[in-house]
Amino acid sequence: MTFEINKIREDFPILKTMVNGKHLIYLDNAATTQKPQSVIDAVTTYYTSYNSNIHRGTHHLSNLATEAHEAARKTVKDYINARHEHEIIFTRGTTESINLVAFSFGEAFINPGDDVIVTEMEHHSNFVPWQMMCQRRGANFRVVPFDKNGELRLDIFKELLSERTRLVAFNHVSNSLGTINPAKQIIKLAHDAGAVVLVDAAQAVQHVAHDVLDLDVDFYAFSGHKMYAPTGIGVLYGKEKWLDAMPPYQGGGEMIDQVSVEKTTYNSLPFKFEAGTPNIVGPIGLAAAIDYLNQFPFGEIMAHEDDVLEYGRQSLNAIDGLTLYGNAHKRTSILSFNIKGVHHYDLGTLLDTQGVAVRTGHHCTQPIMTALGIEGTVRASLAIYNTRQDIDTLINSIRKVLKMLGK
Amino acid sequence: MPSITEIQSEIVEDFSFLPQWDERYAYLIELGQKMKSLPEEYQTEENIVRGCQSTVWLHRECCDGLVYFQVDSDSLIVKGLAALLMKVFSGQPAADVCAADLTFFEQTGLNAHLSSQRANGLMAMVEQIKSFSEKCVDDSR
Repeated sequence: MTFEINKIREDFPILKTMVNGKHLIYLDNAATTQKPQSVIDAVTTYYTSYNSNIHRGTHHLSNLATEAHEAARKTVKDYINARHEHEIIFTRGTTESINLVAFSFGEAFINPGDDVIVTEMEHHSNFVPWQMMCQRRGANFRVVPFDKNGELRLDIFKELLSERTRLVAFNHVSNSLGTINPAKQIIKLAHDAGAVVLVDAAQAVQHVAHDVLDLDVDFYAFSGHKMYAPTGIGVLYGKEKWLDAMPPYQGGGEMIDQVSVEKTTYNSLPFKFEAGTPNIVGPIGLAAAIDYLNQFPFGEIMAHEDDVLEYGRQSLNAIDGLTLYGNAHKRTSILSFNIKGVHHYDLGTLLDTQGVAVRTGHHCTQPIMTALGIEGTVRASLAIYNTRQDIDTLINSIRKVLKMLGK
Repeated sequence: MPSITEIQSEIVEDFSFLPQWDERYAYLIELGQKMKSLPEEYQTEENIVRGCQSTVWLHRECCDGLVYFQVDSDSLIVKGLAALLMKVFSGQPAADVCAADLTFFEQTGLNAHLSSQRANGLMAMVEQIKSFSEKCVDDSR
């Protein structure tokens, strides 16, 4: 199907919402995206037609639910080009995916004196779990800084890499700056040093290339709700050899093979890491979101989002006293800014009176804010359905708000 | 001096003349702009009220059973909200502040609109005002 923005906007019913008497302009997509009707329908159909517990049921509905849930695993596998379906672990979201690896991989492979490297531009979800793991395991927590454009200091990264480096974790796309990090290069450097790599793809999987084989990444984590799927479903991709070698994260139903007083043996992948009744409908919604995206050539989605992004940057830069944060050579979907003399909270709150939804604050990236010497930013973040008109409305609304503030 | 209840009624009445939300925000901003900045010696680490997004400083004094507050914030909207709290609580008997119900926030609809109370730190300010007033009551005995 060709990429027609007006048709796409029709697919997202919430975009017709009025807020404070104005048409909603939704620019908070890095926090969560809206859902197309097909995703909403997939969830509704599950509950109206075949809701049932999965995997061990003997009845009709259980079979239907199991089939749909497992078919979703294949859809995810194909979307990120993994080798095996059992390398796809369903989680609650990116945060849980990362915590799973920090715990299980940490237990098995991180020893006192080892180095773990993250970056200064991580979301707290890809920072704190590693900090905690390093404390638990007596490992060293190393952090790669970024430069004034919001690009990682690869020279420092190379210096930090050594035979002690056990794991490297970084985001493919920064949620605060929009930087697209050179993932392939970083992974190659880490592998050459003998380290294992986790990529936080929460802001990447819906905006940029997302081929885990091409990246040759060991672990790849992302959330459904930031890619047009429901909340509460996320994915951890892991190479089979690592997932096989790692101990389970949680104990309970689903993850066991045999249980006795003396000993418990574990289920095979992926179920070893999916204790308890899972979020059954989540993957079904996620697969519907992926099917939705798959209708369009991915290059057209990227080209559209880039066009709106660059138009947004130009338009914002024309406002006096406005500073855009993140000027990386390769960037996507994020417009993070402040206006001189205006608190980000005031700007965000007043934009809401104009029907414009943005996010304000540190965006769960306090190390970035510390490095920039600021408390927070206003962040407008884009998705497939945003347009140049949305940017025009944002700009007009900012001008109105500045007047209200006497600027 | 009018009582806490009377002042809250006045605020509710003031807001009733401002049906549009942009007018209400404009009023809050005006209150914020008009409020005197907190002297620098009071902008200390210990006077910071931990809100989520804006920095708020709250200076407290207890004198003869009365509590006095001065406040500042880097956000004008938060400063405007704080100005309303000052109107209601500053200069009142500590015991009255402890016993008071904060009703104007709901009655003006500000609570529904400023949904992110965590973000503006207003509730944290109210908690600090209350706990300081309790201490003032104890100290004045």
